[in-house]
Order: sequence, then C-alpha cells, then structure tokens
Amino acid sequence: MPPLLFYLFAALSLGFGLMVVLSRNPVTSALSLAMSFVGLAALFISLDAYFIGTIQILVYAGAVMVLFLFIIMLLDIKEEAEKRSSLGAIVGAILVASVLSVQIATVCSSLSHSKQSVADSALKLQEAGAEMTASGKSLATITKDLAAGELPDTKLMGLTLFSQYAFHLQVIGLLLLVGTVGVVVLSKREKEVAP
Amino acid sequence: MITLNHYLIVSGILFALGFAGVIARRNIIIIYMCLEMMLSAANLTLVAFSRFNLVDGLPDYTAQALVFFTITVAAAEVAVGLAIIVALFRSKQSVDVEAVTKLQG
Amino acid sequence: MPDQETSSLPTLLLLLPLLTALVILLGNKVLKGASVALSVFSAAVCFIISFILLGTQDSSPILLPFLEVGKFRIAIDALIDQQSRGMMFIVTSIGLLVHLFSLGYMKEDEARVRFFGSLSLFMFSMTGIVLAGNLVMMFIFWELVGLSSYLLIGHWFEKPSAAEASKKAFLTNRIGDFGFMIGILMLFMANHGDVSFLGLKSSFAEGPLHEIAKSNTTFMMLAALGIFMGAVGKSAQFPLHVWLPDAMEGPTPVSALIHAATMVAAGVFMLVRCSFVIEASLSAATIIAWIGGLTALMAALMATQQNDIKRVLAYSTLSQLGYMVMAVGLLAIQVSGEHHEAGPGHPAMFHLYTHAFFKAMLFLGSGAIIYACHHEQDIWKMGGLMKHMPVTFATFAIGTAALMGVPGLSGFFSKEAILGLAFEVKNPSGSPLFWVGVGTAMLTAFYMTRMFVVTFFGKPRTENAHHAVEAPIIMIFPLAVLALLTLISPIGPVARLLQAMEPKHAENHPTVMIASIAALIVGVGAGIFLYRGKDKDPLNIKLFANKFYFDEIYAVIVQVCQDGLAWFVTGLERLFVDGLVARLPAFIATRLGSAARVLTGGQLQSYTFLLGAGVLIVIYLVIFVLPHLGH
Repeated sequence: MPPLLFYLFAALSLGFGLMVVLSRNPVTSALSLAMSFVGLAALFISLDAYFIGTIQILVYAGAVMVLFLFIIMLLDIKEEAEKRSSLGAIVGAILVASVLSVQIATVCSSLSHSKQSVADSALKLQEAGAEMTASGKSLATITKDLAAGELPDTKLMGLTLFSQYAFHLQVIGLLLLVGTVGVVVLSKREKEVAP
Repeated sequence: MITLNHYLIVSGILFALGFAGVIARRNIIIIYMCLEMMLSAANLTLVAFSRFNLVDGLPDYTAQALVFFTITVAAAEVAVGLAIIVALFRSKQSVDVEAVTKLQG
Repeated sequence: MPDQETSSLPTLLLLLPLLTALVILLGNKVLKGASVALSVFSAAVCFIISFILLGTQDSSPILLPFLEVGKFRIAIDALIDQQSRGMMFIVTSIGLLVHLFSLGYMKEDEARVRFFGSLSLFMFSMTGIVLAGNLVMMFIFWELVGLSSYLLIGHWFEKPSAAEASKKAFLTNRIGDFGFMIGILMLFMANHGDVSFLGLKSSFAEGPLHEIAKSNTTFMMLAALGIFMGAVGKSAQFPLHVWLPDAMEGPTPVSALIHAATMVAAGVFMLVRCSFVIEASLSAATIIAWIGGLTALMAALMATQQNDIKRVLAYSTLSQLGYMVMAVGLLAIQVSGEHHEAGPGHPAMFHLYTHAFFKAMLFLGSGAIIYACHHEQDIWKMGGLMKHMPVTFATFAIGTAALMGVPGLSGFFSKEAILGLAFEVKNPSGSPLFWVGVGTAMLTAFYMTRMFVVTFFGKPRTENAHHAVEAPIIMIFPLAVLALLTLISPIGPVARLLQAMEPKHAENHPTVMIASIAALIVGVGAGIFLYRGKDKDPLNIKLFANKFYFDEIYAVIVQVCQDGLAWFVTGLERLFVDGLVARLPAFIATRLGSAARVLTGGQLQSYTFLLGAGVLIVIYLVIFVLPHLGH
C-alpha cells in the first residue's frame, strides 16, 4: 500500500474519531464514528485482512451504527440535551489521552521489530501452499489459491475458525443468543402493578 | 515506508481519543460510541501484529480469529448496552451520566 | 507422704459440693425436686467426711495440680490441721442443718432449686477456703465465696432492695479483695513464689521473710495490712462493714449460714491462718486490734436501735466479728517478735466456733419466727411469742444467753478468753481494748435482752404475731441440734474432740471475771428495765438507728469523688478527646472527604478518570520504572 493512502486512511480514522468526541450533536457523532470505522476498515485491508475489514464495515458501520442512530432517534436526544462537561473532566481527559498516547508511542518505538515495513515481511504464498500440501492439513481450494499466488484470506479465516476455534465459535453463538434474550428482557416494559 | 510502528501509533491515538471521550463526555450514548472506538483500536493492533508476525509465510490467523470474536462480542455488547440505556432513560428521563449516581457510596 | 485415706477424703469433700452445684444448676429443668434432695444429701456426706477427718492426723496432701509455670507451682492442696478440721466440722455441720432448715423455710419458693444449687456452690467454695494449703488457692475460693454470697443475697432479685444489697456486698468485698491480692503478691515476691502456709510459716521462722521482717518493717506492715484488707471485706470490719446488714435481704437460712456462721468468719479464719504474717509486724497487729475493737463497739451501739430482728442479729454478728479480729490483733501483739505457736488454742478461733453455733441458731430461730409471722421482720410487730412458739423460744433463749456470755454457756468461755487476752497484753493498747471489750459485752447483753423481751414477752402487737404457730419439725430439728451443740461445745470432752476449741488462755483472772459478769448484769438489767411491757421503743437515738450515717457518708464521699472525677475527666475530654482526638481529625477528615468526594461521587466521569490515571501509573511503573530496577 502506498504510504499516501495509509496516511489518508489514518487521518480519516483519527479525524472522524476526534469528531465523535468533540461533536455536540449525537447524530453527528454517530455518523462520524461510521466514517472513522470505514477508515479503520481500509487500514485492515491494507494489512491483507480482507475479511476483518469487510465485517468491520458490515457489523460496525452497518449494523451497530444503525442501532446507535435508531436509539438516538428513539430517545429523541436533542443537541442541547447534554450539559457542557466540566473543565476538570476535559482537562483530565486531555491529560490522560496525551499521556497514554506518549506512553504507547514510546513502548511501540522500542519494540525490536517495529521498524519492519510490509515489504520486509512479505507474504510467502507459494512456499506456504507447498508446505500445507505436504502436511496435508489443508483444503484443496486453499492450496490451489496459494499456488496461484493469491491470499485466500476468507478461506483461511474460515479454516481457522471452524477447525481450531470451533468450540469457541459455538460459545460465541450462545453469547449472541443470550444477548438477544437479555435485550428482550431489558426492553420489555414492566407491567403496571395493579393497585 | 509504512512500518508496524505506524499502525501501532495510529491504534494508540485512536484508543486514547476514545478514552478521552469516555472521560469528557456526559452523554451516555456517546460514551458508548467511544467505547466501541477503543475496541476497534485494539483490533487494529491485533491485525497489525498478525500481519507482521508471519506464520509459515502467512498472517497469523489466530490473532484474526480473536478480532472476529471481539467484534462479535462487541456487537452483542452494544445491543445489550443500548437496551440498558433505553431502560435507564425510561426511569431517569435522561442520558446524562450525572443522573446516574447510584454508585455513590 | 499422706496416706491414701486422708488424701481421698478431702478431694471428695471438695469436689462433691461442686459436682452437686453443677448438676443442679445445669440440670434443674430435668431434676426439679430431686435436686433439692441431692443438695441435702451432698451436705450430709460432707458432714460425715468432716466428722471422720476430725480423727485423722495432720497432713497436707495435694489434691489437684493447678498451675505450673517454670519453678513456680500452685496446686489445689489441702492443709489439714486442727484449725481446718475444726472449721470444716463447723461449716459442714451448720451447712447440713441449714440445708434441712431450708427444706422447710424455702418450701414455697419458686426458685428453690436455684437456691439449693447456689447453696451447694457456697459449700464448695467454703470447703475450698478451709482446706486451702496456700494463699493463691485460698484467694480463688475467697472470690468464689463472694460470688455465691452474691447469688444468695440476690436470691429474691425481684426485690430491688435485695438486688441492691447483693451488688453492695459484692462491690464492697471487691475493695477488700484488692488489698488481699496485693498482700498475697507482696508475700509472693518476698518469699520467692512460695505462698503455701507451711512454706510461709517456716520462712517466717527462719528464712527470707524472717530477714525482711527484721530489716523492712514498712514492707511487712503493708503486707500484713493487705492480707487484713481481705478479712476487712469478708468479715465486714470497719470501714467496709456496710454490706453485712444489707445482706440480710437474702433468705434467712442464708443469713444463718453465710452471714453469721461461716463466710464472714472466713476472714477471721484466714487471719488466724496467716497469724505469722501479722505477728511479724507490731504496728499492723496494733491497727488490726484497734479496728476489731472499734467495729465491735460501734456495731453493738448500732444494734441497740435496730427494729428489724435480722438486722439486730446482723449488727451483733458484726460486733462479734470485731471481737474476733481484736483477738487476732491482740494475740499478735502479745507474741510479736517471739514467734511461738498460735495454733489450736487461738481465742479468736474459739470464739469463732462458739459464735458460729449460737449465731446460726439465733438466725435460724429468727427465721422460724419470721416464717411464723408471715415474713414480718419488725420486732415491734411481734411480741408474746413465748406461748405460741415454745421450742423456738427455748432455743432462742439458749442462743441469747450464750451470746450475752451467761456463765456456763459457750459464749462466756470464749468471750472470757478474749477479754483475758486483752487483760494480759503488756502493751499500751491492751488496757483500753479490754475496756472496749467489756463495754461491748455490756451492750451485747443490753440489745439482746431488748430484742428477746420485745419479741417473746408482753402481748402480741399484731394479728400475725397473735396467730403465730410453731414452725414445722424440719425447721425445729436444726434449732434443737444447734442448741445442743451450743450447750455442749464448751464441755471438756467435746472441746477436746474438736481440739481447736480448747482455749489457750484458760486461767481465770478475777478482774476479767468480775468485769464480764458485771457487764452482763448491767446490760440485762438495763434491757429488762427499759423494755419490759413497752409497746414502742422508749429510746430514740437517731445516730445509732441510722448506723452512724455510714451509708450516707459513703454516698457523699462517693458522690464528691465521682463529681470531682467527672469534672476533671470532662475537662480532659473537652481538651484532648473533643479537641485533639475528635475535632482535629474530624476537620482533616472533612477536608479530605470533600476533596475525595469528587473522586467517589458516583460520577462515571470521575471513575473513568481515576481508572485511566491508575492504568497510566501502572504502565509507567511496569514499563518505565521496573526495568531500571533490574527486573
């Protein structure tokens, strides 16, 4: 990925992220968050994580954002509904955010392989495909793609999830079910107790 | 060239932004959005490490599986959290966190 | 090496009443009436054992090991000599008779199971005191006796006066016990941890205490007075005498057993046991003799104006106890520095024995009268009881005569012995104390005549007295036995059987004889002259009737001390507690609190901020500080 595009998407993500925090209007915040996530998804794709990038847009920018907007509309929150935050909270927030950023930057810069670029750690698709074929642990469709010099990202993701993490996937499915039931219970209007 | 460091710093700044929003904002829905932002920032770190720590010449899909789970849990969490916000709004008629002082000792 | 028989008997003697008390007090719901029988049975067995013990040799067996710290050993051991054998006989015989009497007297009492349980507890404690072979063991049982006395005085605790009296007795005794403990500890220190009577005795004869008695007279005096403090509390000597008259709120059998014959005599018993301590300090002996004399005289004066039959007897008891204490002091003065055996013929013990029998009888007799008169205790509401209660009258007459010291009866001999001792003592204190003794004897004759005449002669003054009938046989029997004991106790063979009762100073001095008989005649004559056929008291001496205002004086002293202390403490509290301890930290805490309230005000924002700050600090410490510390 050209550096220019990286900076563009990074700026998109961070800029709209800042908008989320600063905007007085909840709807603006929600839409900015969606844009921020689009930038983030682009960064994912730049890291050859096509599947994650796609569901980032589908789940967050699609489903979750709609949910947020839906709630904002439902509760009819006005722009002026929110009181101004106290100076202390703002100062505290800036302080914590800046110190945290500096700390993270310091730690990351000191990592041994943080200077690696994408080119330094290029994918070795053919070799990986050959090894997989040799060990016989993989599927024909994946090795065929790898041999053709393409990264079958979604297929590899699926392989990982349904073989290595099959049980965890079941648990996550259950979690979603519980979440659904929980939402129904929480949203149900309590019955008026007869006097 | 774009290095791992670039991605990590972007992720760190996004996380710090989200945290600042959680501290500074009073609208509970926006606090929620900031939380989602922080989760996504963490996801970026995971994906970056997965790409730069190659396993047999391929990205580390274990990390990406973790990201997949995080997104799923976050989605469920948003659904439940928003339901709680709705319930809270019903009782307090407000989405201001100052209205919620039950935690006061 | 004590032989098997003598060491198992005292163990049984000591533990049987304890077991009985435990069984009764723990199982009173199950046992009910059986527990009363059990208590009487235990008293009877104790009596038989002590009777057997009378014929045994001196011994000092260890019954139970109790406390062992390094070289320091305290055991539950028994010192069985003439003194404890005689005393044991008194305690168990009167105890048994009182148990029998109580069967009748307490027949209608709801809580008589508790009563008999406490009575057994008392028997246990008293046995412990009498058998005790060392001061620590004696102190333990000393306190137990105080406890059982408290329980028994407060038996009718629904009556506020009884509850008050039990508290008063308990607290007053505490003051004395405190001194007793200090005295024990002083001896303990001086004699290197050996507080057994035999050890102390030999140490006084030739040992560390002998040296101390010679070199440090102040120490010895304080130790002796500390021991004496215990007796002051328990034997109700001036100035701690105030509890005994109030203790008459307890059931009358208890008054007879505890507050006339045994427990109050424990103080005297202990003083005689420790007579070697007192003999080591002339000044302490003098103080003790004078306090005894003062108590004897003062109590006799107070007794002349009391209207409650039991209170008259209580003051009489006080007076007689004063007599005994005076005798202890006088004998100590006499033998001071010479260290010869005080032993079996101690006049104080002799008077204790004779007094125990006739005073127990008088109390039981008064109990029978009170019972017959439907719990009426005022002598001015009685009268003419001679016709209605002939047996009680007869025994009461014997008791009164013995107490007054009518020649030929036990009281005469023992009083004679004490007066003779006072007469013999070659000391400036001897002569005045002799006349104090004579005066007390005269007053005794006077107030006993007053009570006797008012109660038994003349016409019945109330309906209750008119309809009085003789007490049931179970109550008459102990009276008769005690009367018999009173009559025979001074006779040679009986006195020799009880060994200890043989007076040491048996020689008769004409002066003493004449003085005491004269005192008797004057007292009785004045009593008959003043009270014959009277319906109310012709004398009215407020000072005596109100017990020299001791209770009031103590109340004022306590109040003044309390108020002063309270004022002082309030000042201290205002300055230190309110000011430095309460206000200052409160101020700091308020400030801190209002500062911290921002952080814990239940606001999500501040919590998040704290969370973030905490995370930052942790990151800082883990990433940036720890590596530089070499981790």
